[in-house]
Amino acid sequence: MAMHPFTRVLLGLSCLLVAVWLIAPTLVVVPMSFNQNKSLAFPPQGFSWQWYSNFTTNPEWSTSFLNSLKVATIVAILATVLGTLAAFGLDRMRARTAGLLRMLLLTPMVVPGVVLAIGIYAVYLDAQLVGTMTGFVLAHTILALPFVLIAVQASLEVFDKRLETAAASLGAGRLATFRTVTLPLIAPGILSGLLFAFVTSFDEIIVSLFITSPYLKTLPVQIFTSITRDADPTVAAVGTILLCVTTILIGGGLLLLGRERRSGV
Amino acid sequence: MNGLREQRGAAIELSRVSKAYGSFKALDDISLQIQPGEFMTLLGPSGSGKTTTLNVVAGFTEVSSGTLQIGGSNVVGVPAHKRNIGVVFQHYALFPHMTVGRNVAYPLRLRGVGKAELETRVRRALDMVKMADFAYRYPSELSGGQQQRVALARSIVFDPPLLLMDEPLGALDKKLREWLQLEIKRIHRELGTTFVYVTHDQEEALVLSDRIAVFNRGRIEQIGTGHDLYDAPETLFVGRFIGDSTVLRGAARSDGSSTALDVAGETVTVPRRHRDTDRPVMLLRPEKLVMRKPGVDRSDNENRLSGTVSEAIYLGSGSKYEVLLRDGSTGIVRSSLTDQSFAIGDAVELCFRGADAKLLADDSTADTTLT
Repeated sequence: MAMHPFTRVLLGLSCLLVAVWLIAPTLVVVPMSFNQNKSLAFPPQGFSWQWYSNFTTNPEWSTSFLNSLKVATIVAILATVLGTLAAFGLDRMRARTAGLLRMLLLTPMVVPGVVLAIGIYAVYLDAQLVGTMTGFVLAHTILALPFVLIAVQASLEVFDKRLETAAASLGAGRLATFRTVTLPLIAPGILSGLLFAFVTSFDEIIVSLFITSPYLKTLPVQIFTSITRDADPTVAAVGTILLCVTTILIGGGLLLLGRERRSGV
Repeated sequence: MNGLREQRGAAIELSRVSKAYGSFKALDDISLQIQPGEFMTLLGPSGSGKTTTLNVVAGFTEVSSGTLQIGGSNVVGVPAHKRNIGVVFQHYALFPHMTVGRNVAYPLRLRGVGKAELETRVRRALDMVKMADFAYRYPSELSGGQQQRVALARSIVFDPPLLLMDEPLGALDKKLREWLQLEIKRIHRELGTTFVYVTHDQEEALVLSDRIAVFNRGRIEQIGTGHDLYDAPETLFVGRFIGDSTVLRGAARSDGSSTALDVAGETVTVPRRHRDTDRPVMLLRPEKLVMRKPGVDRSDNENRLSGTVSEAIYLGSGSKYEVLLRDGSTGIVRSSLTDQSFAIGDAVELCFRGADAKLLADDSTADTTLT
């Protein structure tokens, strides 16, 4: 299809405009994190690494960072195992039942975060899970599960089940078939689900604010309390670090999914 | 060679096997015995039960009733992966994440074969299908015919006593199909394994098989060599499914030793009696019919039917004609090069000896299931 050069330029420009509009607010934190003064003013003045060093040395920041890392890692593993099993179950179930169950499993994505947070908080008060590691892991797993389910389901859809029949004819039992044929072929989907689950937990704020306690804070909670208390540019430094890490992780996940789609045909 | 065959191939015996899905009977009381080392083809239109039969033998589908023995032991209830049967699928089913070599090695790895022996056997299997140079390629880099040859190597590398093939050439073009048919025939000869081959292509069945079982609507219509099925079909369905044929219908009259049919006013006679319960039809093979100009060469003990040439097809080695008969049906005649040639629209007479016509019971499903 031939396109007029002028149209092409116009399209490119509008794309650029939208992209800038979407990304600019996020990118503002990057220069702010190098501010010399203890202020969140924009544009920043001077240049210094002090807020990055504050992040690593101040125990309030480093502990919450480690907490987030710990929670996100456990959530990623738990949600991936559960989500993969659920995706398999739905794939081999009667279509009507599967459709209903799938909708149920995806509700955490649809229900407003605040509503979910209030519900979880109410339950946690009784169960004495507020401010505990278990509480964080369970709540975040609920939120991360749908992402794993969607990713694994996408790769199961392009997986040719007839290969399992072929493996059986060659002498492979159920478990051997799963290990040598099914798992390697849907691995990209599982891996991208794992990444999404990790990121979902790592930057979760709404539910975390409800179930946190002064003794157990995750990084987003720490950022929020810090910025409501004073104008500490450490927030900007943390923001910059998170921006880089999540971009790499999500980018990697999308790339894996994309490769899966292409090779699956 | 014969001793070797008996040792390598497994006998199969299906006895009164049925398979029902709800009220639909995919298999309706099938009995079939296959000899060790035999090449048996299951032939029939789609939905006739031939693939279901293969799946039952492979263990992908459980029978609803009946028994199945492979190599003398009962295998009903034995899962597919414990049956030690090679299966080649129409869709190749190669593992896309493994190279050709690893695909072929897969069944050997599962059986714990040592590295040195594994390599020798993979090489031998790939040599047999002439794909040894492709061991390090991935399936996606191969053509359909090459993929199917690799799939064949993978299914014979573990020396199964029985190899099942489900329309393995169905997705390939004609030239390749014909060449691979000969390859499969050669491999069968070299291995001595029992082959069970499913196809809807009657020519393919005739090329490959020792014997053919013709399926229709979940039942076996007839089992026999290609020669048996062509020359002595037991049902109208078999007669029509294998080769070309002319079918004559009409009001029947029987006396002591012969049967006469009134085909739109012309009477044809066969020197045999039909069973009283049947509505008889006559089936004639194209080479048993002779085409003449009307009124020429009359001899008394010959049957004649008049018609008009509606299609003339030049085949190189001769010609094939379709003749529109008076009752609206079509006769098919094949003539050699030396015979007189006819053009479309010519009025002709079809002549045949009564003894050459098969007298079969009419079956209204025989025509409709062909499409």
